[in-house]
Amino acid sequence: MPQRPEPVLLANVGKPDSWTLRVYEQTGGYQALRKAVKEMTPVQVIDVVKASGLRGRGGAGFPTGLKWTFLPKDHPGPIYMCINADESEPGTFNNRILMEDDPHQVIEGIILSCYATRATTAYLYLRYEYPLCWDRLQAAIDECYAKNYLGKNILGSDFSLDIFLHRGAAAYICGEETGLIESLEGKRAWPRIKPPFPAVEGAFRKPTVVNNIETVACVKHIVGRGADWFKSMGVPPDPTNPRDAGSYGPKLYCLSGHVNRPGCYEAPLGITCRELIDEFGGGVWKGRKGKAAIPGGISMGLLAEQEFDTPLDFNALGKVGCMGLGTAAVVVMDESTSMVDFLYNSCRFFQHESCGQCTPCREGTAWSLRMLERIRHGNGRLRDLDLLLEIGDTIGIIPGTTICGLADGAAWPIKNAIRKFREEFENYIKNTNPTGYMVTEPVPALVQLAAH
Amino acid sequence: MAVVIVDGQEIELGDHERLNGIQAARRIGVEIPFYCWHPGLTVVASCRMCLVETGTKHPETGAITMLPKLVPACQTPAKDGTVFVTNSDKVKQARAMVEEDLLLRHPVDCPICDKAGECSLQDYHFEHGQAERRADVRPFTSRRRDMGDTVTLFVDRCIMCTRCVRFCREITGSSELMVINRGSHEEIDVFPGYPLVNKMSGNVVDLCPVGALCDKDFLYQQRVWYMKQHQGVCTGCSTGCSIYINENQDAVYRLKPRENPAVNKWWMCDEGRYSYRHLHSPVRQIQPRRIAEIGNPGGNGHAGERRPHDITVKHFRPMENVEWSQLPRDLSAQLEQVCRDGGRLAAVVSPHLTVEEAYLLCKLARQFDSNAVLALGPVPIEGHDESFPGGFTIHAEKCPNRKGAEAVIAHFCNGKIKTFNELLEDLAAGQIRAAWISGGYSCAWNGDAIAQRFAALELIVVQDMFESPVWHVATYQLPGAGFAERSGSYVNFNHRLQSFTWAIRPPAGVWVEGQLYWNMLNLRGLYNPRTVLREIAATIAAFSAAAGEIPAVGIDMRMNQLATAASNEH
Repeated sequence: MPQRPEPVLLANVGKPDSWTLRVYEQTGGYQALRKAVKEMTPVQVIDVVKASGLRGRGGAGFPTGLKWTFLPKDHPGPIYMCINADESEPGTFNNRILMEDDPHQVIEGIILSCYATRATTAYLYLRYEYPLCWDRLQAAIDECYAKNYLGKNILGSDFSLDIFLHRGAAAYICGEETGLIESLEGKRAWPRIKPPFPAVEGAFRKPTVVNNIETVACVKHIVGRGADWFKSMGVPPDPTNPRDAGSYGPKLYCLSGHVNRPGCYEAPLGITCRELIDEFGGGVWKGRKGKAAIPGGISMGLLAEQEFDTPLDFNALGKVGCMGLGTAAVVVMDESTSMVDFLYNSCRFFQHESCGQCTPCREGTAWSLRMLERIRHGNGRLRDLDLLLEIGDTIGIIPGTTICGLADGAAWPIKNAIRKFREEFENYIKNTNPTGYMVTEPVPALVQLAAH
Repeated sequence: MAVVIVDGQEIELGDHERLNGIQAARRIGVEIPFYCWHPGLTVVASCRMCLVETGTKHPETGAITMLPKLVPACQTPAKDGTVFVTNSDKVKQARAMVEEDLLLRHPVDCPICDKAGECSLQDYHFEHGQAERRADVRPFTSRRRDMGDTVTLFVDRCIMCTRCVRFCREITGSSELMVINRGSHEEIDVFPGYPLVNKMSGNVVDLCPVGALCDKDFLYQQRVWYMKQHQGVCTGCSTGCSIYINENQDAVYRLKPRENPAVNKWWMCDEGRYSYRHLHSPVRQIQPRRIAEIGNPGGNGHAGERRPHDITVKHFRPMENVEWSQLPRDLSAQLEQVCRDGGRLAAVVSPHLTVEEAYLLCKLARQFDSNAVLALGPVPIEGHDESFPGGFTIHAEKCPNRKGAEAVIAHFCNGKIKTFNELLEDLAAGQIRAAWISGGYSCAWNGDAIAQRFAALELIVVQDMFESPVWHVATYQLPGAGFAERSGSYVNFNHRLQSFTWAIRPPAGVWVEGQLYWNMLNLRGLYNPRTVLREIAATIAAFSAAAGEIPAVGIDMRMNQLATAASNEH
């Protein structure tokens, strides 16, 4: 077993009162902020973050420093920072750990990010289901105001910042950056068409940066420890993929499902799925074999057991047919799991969470759920698998048929599950519908649907 | 000059044109299907029907680089070098997919749907859809939901284009409509207790590309393919919205706005939209009559002496029917007789008459009495002008042609326009002995006091659609035409002259005002407003802009004057 570096993001987690300013300052808290405000210009902070190769931890993996440079130069302001804490990808809970157990680390990262981007107002969009995060973040923010880490002229500089907590109303789509902005503005969280991108016209029609909680936590450590430290971990760019910017730095992996020790673990990017399961998770539970795993949140697709040696970084997962790393939330399924059930659950989730704006997503997710409902009801046909694949291949931003990526997230589990486990699906249909599985004509719909 | 390439054809766009892919493709007759896009509303690009392939042509090398994915044409600006491909297999597949998706939960109740025949979902399905239904989804039945006084929603027919929602937010600013629920459970709804009540609510029905929002006034009245569509102008107020009149066999079933960027854009108000009902009113006058004694060969002396001046006994006056063919000669004889005796003739030019009719009436009056008094009919004013955030204005002046009638009167009276009240004062002074009163108002426009003034005259000719106190003191009661029955031109509040032809025939052989004037002026054949307008343009400077063909959007009457003024300055 290779020696893993000491956790950095999770360093304070588990300590008594780790969420208080006292404990945070004892472990060197707000030194990075002092250093930046006294010694660095905003441009220098951006340069450090750029040099570190930090990519957004929210799911898309867009280089953070590059995103910041998209802000218009010499804009009269205000520039807004939106912190995406609407962590609703199934299987994901790393932001929650950070906010509950180390909120000051997050806040320091936010202040540094705002300093770099010249944002004077930050909105922290918190998902509804995190009441403890709310309490601890608010307490931490209050502590910061008292110590002048927030407010006017922070630490005697001419930099001022206010952070507002905004509690969402529990919708997956609010995690999409423009959906988040719309929701923040008090509207229905329908993702906006791009361009204009938020960096040009975002919240309240002003330039806006949307960053994930874990991303800003990384910013704190990059400023404090330097870009070289960050780059010492992870995977360099794939020379065969010109669009890969490399996967550097530590990452919080959320391990759940059929493992012995589920939890949030910190490891350098590039750890393989099998290493994660065996080293951190203590192996698949009950002595069973693994069958499949979700590599990074349900929307990223599915890894079959023989693909468990794939590194969990931004580039490698694409090679095995997954969409990407996503939120690095690994959900392990043992050999007793039915892939039909998995796909049904996945489709039910996306059907429920589709915002309903774009036709292909709204109707495609609902149709796929109804087909799976019928398959599970014993009325499946082999043809349904082709229809499901057709839906999976034709919805999403990749073919260009939707505004946001939710449909891609709905499509990838369908594509992966049926392509990687087609035999299981076919057997299921043949066994449950021995007389009708060859029918190709439309079949009657189920009158009653269990799913909503 | 920007050059855009659509399906291999180059289109040149003007320097200041900001078009999207749909509009650019239209220039060469390529139709890109769409649901959610509307030129008057913000772009949401959510229906995904207008997906096309796009790319850019390098200005120097001419090499074309295409984007790997599809983009919505509604959201893609047509810039110099933009390339659109609208007929590739990829595009066709995407359209077929969207069409199939939209029909998944659509009830397909076209046989009982009002929109059938003019439904985008139907049309696009035939053009871009798949022949076979592959879905196993059980469509819902036609759940119906009340939206307000004018509009009803068939919930399951909705395809969630949200045009109606955007209209209420952006054009009327009243925001009654909203989307409730999420994903495939989405529905259009209003907040409980706040129904769709605004003065432009009917437009959401026109905006609806499918049969979800239906007009209660039109619901189940007529299949659209039975109706014929005519271009017209709304007479509800001085805005003069361009409209379509939908009729079947001389019955108007609905009015719809006709796109006119210079007047109403794509909208019209509810007041105008439902202002056609009086055309088919059972109490509308359709029989020309005159007082029985007049023109009786047995009588002697002039008629005025034996006319009952007390209008309370009006109903006891014996009236007799007249043939329309007799009228021109009959009336001419009467008018000549009064004027020969030195009697002054007054003509009331209604702001509901067309420019041509107003001109003919003035000309006619001056033919009998070269000093005839020409007065503008009453101009109904209701409340104040009402403007909406979308730029639409409902005017308080509830007649279509005050500007036009005034310009005509001004020509005949050397710029002096006599108002109706001034005419009433003249009547009291006793100079006037005969009057020709044109009406055409859809609501009551005079009272007993006014009728009393006229009652003293020797000869009163009233042309109107409905009974009124003035009608009852008339010597001649001549039924008039309604707006959908007229041909001619109106000039709106903003000096815009719009021409139109009749959509329906008047009931029971009624002669349109213009036809009677035409015949009395001894012009030959059928009344031809085009000839009259050409004559007006040639004789009245204010109308000089109307000399040529009048485009469907009308012309600005100040156009030539402005041009002249500008050229004089240089």
